[in-house]
Amino acid sequence: MDQTCAPIYEALMKYNETRVVPFDVPGHKHGKGNPLLTEFLGQTCMNVDVNSMKPLDNLCHPVSVIRDAERLAAEAFGAGHCFFMVNGTTSSVQSMILSVCREGDKIIIPRNVHRSAINALIISGVIPVYVDPGVDRRLGIPLGMSADNVEKAIARNPDAKAVFVNNPTYYGICTDIKRIVQTAHAHGMKVLADEAHGTHLYFGENMPLSAMAAGADMAAVSMHKTGGSLTQSSFLLVGKNAGLTEGHVRSVINLTQTTSGSYLLLSSLDIARKYYAAEGKELCARMVSSAEYARREINAIGGYYAYSDELVNGSDIFAFDKTKLSIYTRGIGLTGIEVYDILRDSYDIQMELGDIGNVLAIMSPGDRWKDIERLVSALTEIKRRFGRDSAEAVDHEYINPQIVMSPKAAFYGEQEVLPIKESAGRVSCEFVMCYPPGIPIIAPGELLTPDIIDNIIYSKERGCFMTGTEDMNIEKIRVIKA
Amino acid sequence: MELWFTEYHSPDVKMSIRTDKQLYCGKSEFQRIDVFESPEFGRFLTLDGLMMLTEKDEFIYHEMITHVAMAANPDVKSVLVIGAGDGGTIRELTRYESIEHIDMVEIDEEVVRVCREYLPQTASKLSDPRVTIYFEDGLRFVRTKADLYDLIIVDSTDPFGPGEGLFTSEFYGNCYNALTADGILINQHESPYYKEDAAAMQRAHKRIREFFPICRVYQAHIPTYPSGHWLFGFASKTVDPLALDEERWNGLGLKTRYYNTELHKGCFAIPNYVKELLENAK
Repeated sequence: MDQTCAPIYEALMKYNETRVVPFDVPGHKHGKGNPLLTEFLGQTCMNVDVNSMKPLDNLCHPVSVIRDAERLAAEAFGAGHCFFMVNGTTSSVQSMILSVCREGDKIIIPRNVHRSAINALIISGVIPVYVDPGVDRRLGIPLGMSADNVEKAIARNPDAKAVFVNNPTYYGICTDIKRIVQTAHAHGMKVLADEAHGTHLYFGENMPLSAMAAGADMAAVSMHKTGGSLTQSSFLLVGKNAGLTEGHVRSVINLTQTTSGSYLLLSSLDIARKYYAAEGKELCARMVSSAEYARREINAIGGYYAYSDELVNGSDIFAFDKTKLSIYTRGIGLTGIEVYDILRDSYDIQMELGDIGNVLAIMSPGDRWKDIERLVSALTEIKRRFGRDSAEAVDHEYINPQIVMSPKAAFYGEQEVLPIKESAGRVSCEFVMCYPPGIPIIAPGELLTPDIIDNIIYSKERGCFMTGTEDMNIEKIRVIKA
Repeated sequence: MELWFTEYHSPDVKMSIRTDKQLYCGKSEFQRIDVFESPEFGRFLTLDGLMMLTEKDEFIYHEMITHVAMAANPDVKSVLVIGAGDGGTIRELTRYESIEHIDMVEIDEEVVRVCREYLPQTASKLSDPRVTIYFEDGLRFVRTKADLYDLIIVDSTDPFGPGEGLFTSEFYGNCYNALTADGILINQHESPYYKEDAAAMQRAHKRIREFFPICRVYQAHIPTYPSGHWLFGFASKTVDPLALDEERWNGLGLKTRYYNTELHKGCFAIPNYVKELLENAK
């Protein structure tokens, strides 16, 4: 068995050839029970939407083809073990935290962590120790924790169980993960990496370091984001020397993962791994050269700034993932959100995100040169037709959160609802997220100080995209009852 | 032995041409290129299996994509042609001594090479000293140009293939910007008849309308194209194609087989169902 094999895919093909008569779920029975859906998705798709059975193994307790596929994936990623995940990278992130921390344990974590990680804290009762990721003042994007800041946090919290790292961030910013791993391990802490946007780091040349290569203990890899598998499929990697047993991690995953793992998702992971193992180096080189070409063309338009590794500063921008095409738009006088909307509404081009200062295009092996030409031409047109005098960058202030109780205690505590303006001195039970820069202003268990309340009001006034509270208008907030 | 070239005009309609032999078959970076010899249509060129031109009826397409604009504004000096690797459009344009410069942008150098070798009937004037050929993407070429061309002709393939980017808002906007104050944009505008072609025609019309104050459609009858009923778009900043100086064009003494100034006036008269499709283009 080697990387040219795809055990789950091969088992499904064999299953199809034997023309099994299904008296098991799913009830569409190879699509015959739902002709409309079969016409829409195609017969092949319906044929392999099947249930766990002996020849196809079982995701909750893999002993044959899924186990083989997981071993091949582990080998391809340089991991000790790889778990196939079907509840999204959210589930991978949560399983990492739940695998190494218990209730009341501390975890050192960047403030611009994905929502899924903070939700894992709510589920588990783990206490966060936040590290300021730093913000690029001009671009308004959150950066990566500097190793210095992480080391300070480790020194101040020697009892923490783990350090959590984004590798890279949405915008392609990487931290010095190798140095963080060395320091954390020297203090007996595990290192968990959110590599939702980092699949390609494992296959390309001259890429920022992947978590497994850096010696991290666990990594959550969104194979579906740039690795070509289906949405919601993901890998959870365990490092070769992580000291975690497969059985322990599996039992944590099985706490929340479905018992009806989709074979569409599983086979897509298997086939995507096979494809990347064979062609990954070339695919990544193409992604980088496409992104670099697009950057040159976009920067030549004038006004836009498509940034790359010239940002690298050895600290909070330790490395830059050049496959990410982030474009700063304030120079043509438009917010990223405006450019994002115009691209979709007037040019039929869908970007990954738009924030106050930037739009972000995800590059993948699926990009065609003519699509890149369209994007560049559309940006040229947007500047010509909609451009204004350039606008000032929005400044962002990082306020250190004061953690009063665990996110779990706050989430489940006795609560009341107050207008945000009158909530000073109270403990929040909710998030207030602010984009940009995509950092929570407040999270459950934290003290609402006058500074934080001012920050929420100011961010709203200047037009940031705010989410998190039950109140859709972000005017009221749930706090711990006095 | 019977040897037939067949092309689907819709999922349920196909057209076949008996061929004597295949003169060329090759695959470029962008598409498959074939040249055949046939008893009825003479030599013909196909790209990815789709009919581009035949020796017998190409004159209709090439006369109609050039002379309508040239008659509407005989003062055109600088022309940009996008696509047109077969050279037919260039051949017609070079007949105007008043044109000083023609830039031709064709993405596929192989198409030009093959046409020069097998289709001299259309490719004969590609070496005219006024013509500069650029082998690059049309969308890329035009986006850096401003106030440069009196006439832009988009002689593209269908919007499903290498020509895809030439049916987009960004392209039409870039063209608007590349045109001079009295500039004209002519594009091959697909057919109104079969569903898929008609939808492409509507999309193109809707997008061109966003940029150009004058935006008309005219028609021609081209036997080897799907349904035989083909449209062209005439968009301009100021020039009205129907305010025609007939004497001036006729005074040039150009001999044409399809186009004449009577037909010029008539070709803008389009069937009601096509009018409706255009009006409802959203």
